[in-house]
Amino acid sequence: MTPRRGQPTVRIAAGQGFWGDWLEAPYRQVTGGPIDYLMMDYLAEVTMSILQKQKSRDPTLGYATDFLPLTERLLPLLVTRRIKVTANAGGVNPRACAAAVAETARRLGLAGKVRIGVVTGDDLLGRLDGLLARGHALTNLDTGRPLHEVRDRVLSANAYLGAWPVAAALRQHADVVITGRVTDTGLTLAPMIHAFGWGPDAWDLLAAGTVAGHTIECGAQCSGGNCLVDWETIPDLANVGYPLVEAHPDGTFELAKHPGTGGRITVAGVTEQLVYEMGDPTAYITPDCVADFTTIRLEQAGKDRVRVSGVRGRPATDKLKVSIAYFYGYKAVGTLVYAWPDAYRKAQAADRVLRQRLADLGLQFEAIVTEFVGADATHGPLARNSLALDELPEVQLRVGVRSPDKAAVERFTREIAPLILNGPPSVTGFAGGRPRPEEIVAYWPALIDKQVVEPCVEIVEV
Amino acid sequence: MRGDRGGVRRRKDGRTEGRKGRSRRVRLVELAHARSGDKGDTANVGLIALKPEYYPILVEQVTAARVARHFQGMITGPVERYELPNLHALNFLLHGALDGGGTMSLKTDAQGKVFSTALLRLELDIAVPR
Repeated sequence: MTPRRGQPTVRIAAGQGFWGDWLEAPYRQVTGGPIDYLMMDYLAEVTMSILQKQKSRDPTLGYATDFLPLTERLLPLLVTRRIKVTANAGGVNPRACAAAVAETARRLGLAGKVRIGVVTGDDLLGRLDGLLARGHALTNLDTGRPLHEVRDRVLSANAYLGAWPVAAALRQHADVVITGRVTDTGLTLAPMIHAFGWGPDAWDLLAAGTVAGHTIECGAQCSGGNCLVDWETIPDLANVGYPLVEAHPDGTFELAKHPGTGGRITVAGVTEQLVYEMGDPTAYITPDCVADFTTIRLEQAGKDRVRVSGVRGRPATDKLKVSIAYFYGYKAVGTLVYAWPDAYRKAQAADRVLRQRLADLGLQFEAIVTEFVGADATHGPLARNSLALDELPEVQLRVGVRSPDKAAVERFTREIAPLILNGPPSVTGFAGGRPRPEEIVAYWPALIDKQVVEPCVEIVEV
Repeated sequence: MRGDRGGVRRRKDGRTEGRKGRSRRVRLVELAHARSGDKGDTANVGLIALKPEYYPILVEQVTAARVARHFQGMITGPVERYELPNLHALNFLLHGALDGGGTMSLKTDAQGKVFSTALLRLELDIAVPR
């Protein structure tokens, strides 16, 4: 399946794996070697509700604001090097994001040199009551509950769009495509559809591009970051090279990174990323196709180079996933650190005292979760049973509460500090002060008929 | 896990002898690596054989039932297992693992990031070549 000589290769570089990822990565991807596309994924499930809240306070906000200083730094380079961008930085306000990027471009003297593609149509919040009235129940995929039960608390509702509207924007010569809730994989698949002219029913090719998207959508997680296998020998993570897909028209592709960068690309490391957040591997469902991960073939094609081939796909379903966020209640987490001797037993005793006081106050919580960090917070009883608990140098007591009653959660936050002077001894680590109650915005996954969602593509000339 | 070892006798050197011949007790971390993540209140653990020849051992021994017993007390729902022979990997879905998951969860590991290494603590008896 080696590509024939003379066939074009398209190089798609991952620049951000999530909103909050390494700010240097996109710059290094653009300057570290030749690329054709820079792909940036900003949106996690809960991000949309945060952005919706920002938009409700200021109608010019609601997108990933990190994208603007990045654009300012990169746009001149992107124009010179003819690199195109696909990014779901638009959040719940892609048009406002595009307007801000256009203004930046003009300020940089790039008027007439940048076309911005805007993909919308994913935002269903304003259409929700109409959809419910027309019989779209938007049932919770995990719990089976109908949406009307929490309708008055819904904060955002976005359908996941796929690669096609992004590819349409590229076809209209967009240099920077800014989208709302487009799938992570769609941002990588779209350049392939555009460059290779793949058809809407080329299921194996669409599945291959989807697998490519999955491997690089978490940035360095496929090039040595968060990689368990041989982790201590992975070189120079300080300069980790984010991954590139070198895609071919036949659906095969190689994973690589720029020369001179740190990290590592191996079959074992790429396999770790392939299984990340995996459900049924024979049915990886996206708006574009259903990819079968049990058909993927990996081979080491050189140092820091993995070839991917053999991917098979099936027709897309007639549904789109909808990501809905709704207000759930309040939570707070408090911590204290207990020191040797008997650190674990002191932390346990403090937890008992705290819980008794909460009960005596008559506070109602939906959940109280206690963890002993250093003993059992991550591996639970599996770790606790194999430790010399009496000899631990320190243990952090970490107690979290959740409740619809804000007053109860607030009172909890005032019950931690007193334990320093009126609870078990050898306690420290309260420098951060009283914990703050946080609003819980919960996630409600649902499906909707594809035909009721209409993606919209616009071009903004700078 | 002890219940699995009917008819097996432990020797002083940690190896065992039983009806199936000699075996050695190993931790899964010697045979596999892993990565985990979340989907709502479900954690997924992708378990990958360190060598292709270890994959059949994983398929035979690291069953959904075995993994459910391993995580007893840590998860509230069932365990599903999927096979990826092409990648020498198994995928486990641990339902009810994350105290509601996402923003709801009060756990340190609200996104199930380290269920991967928790699974690698599992102990197996593997055959020792004669």
